[in-house]
Amino acid sequence: MRKPEFVYVSYIETTPERLWEALTSSDFTKRYWWNTSVVSDWKVGSPFSLVLNGQTTDVSEILEADRPRRLSYSFHHILNEAARKERPSRVTFVIEPHGKLVKLTLTHEDFEDGSVILDGISKGWPAILSSLKSMLESGTALAIPAAALDIEGLK
Amino acid sequence: MNISQFKPAIVYTIYIASTPEKVWEALTTAELSRKYFSGNAVEVDLRVGGAYIVRTPDGALHISGEVIECDPPRKLTITFNVNWPALIEKLGPTLVTYEIEPAGDVVKLTLIQSHDRPISDDILSGGRSGWPAILSSLKSLLETGEALIIKMAPPQRMLEALKKMGIGTP
Repeated sequence: MRKPEFVYVSYIETTPERLWEALTSSDFTKRYWWNTSVVSDWKVGSPFSLVLNGQTTDVSEILEADRPRRLSYSFHHILNEAARKERPSRVTFVIEPHGKLVKLTLTHEDFEDGSVILDGISKGWPAILSSLKSMLESGTALAIPAAALDIEGLK
Repeated sequence: MNISQFKPAIVYTIYIASTPEKVWEALTTAELSRKYFSGNAVEVDLRVGGAYIVRTPDGALHISGEVIECDPPRKLTITFNVNWPALIEKLGPTLVTYEIEPAGDVVKLTLIQSHDRPISDDILSGGRSGWPAILSSLKSLLETGEALIIKMAPPQRMLEALKKMGIGTP
């Protein structure tokens, strides 16, 4: 059986540089990612963390950083005990010019067997990346209530 | 048509700053679909058993199907068969479901492409590359008034797989 992975593609009217900035600057991520900050110096091997309202939710490291083309970090959720016991999974963003647009491909993979985070990330990324697209194109991110995602364990 | 045999092969969810009614209109009218769907016109008779067709910009029949479930502005299920010779005989019908749900002040649109038999990744690469482009453009149209112009060609691996199965392509 194929290993589980989550892939999401979005086409965005922006530039690769602006999209890179939106993925790596907390000024932007707080707007489209439920007030989440991304904390790192974005060098390969450096620590990376997600911080929500002052509380660190994920800690991991930068695996690849090729601005503005490719960004990869490990992903280790630490708030939930079952998730904390799992080994980190891997998130990769590929940014490609597509005509006058940008094609963003997110791949989240390398999950532990039976990973408890698969349901949440599969429902979370479409909301986060939809909101990111709105912010870059219209200037206004989306206010999506977390309850609308219908994530197991968050109901 | 009994749709219980169909299993989802592709699921794509996108959130749109719009209303369920406007998303429904975008999915079911030629005027709006031409803008976000590379000039293709959706024409649908919105009742169970009604015809669903998509015409290319030159008016040729590209996709033909039938309305299976129709619950405006919440759910539309249609058969969605590309008019390539022998495609339906070899792959069976393709079922497409759009689910439209309010999510706070925005709309959650979920696209589900289902089949009644296993379909190879090579064949599915068509939908996996096409739906994100179509629905990204639909979202831009409803949010900014301007659809995206996304140049797309059918994936080479899909064309080769279709050819091997004896399915004609343009």
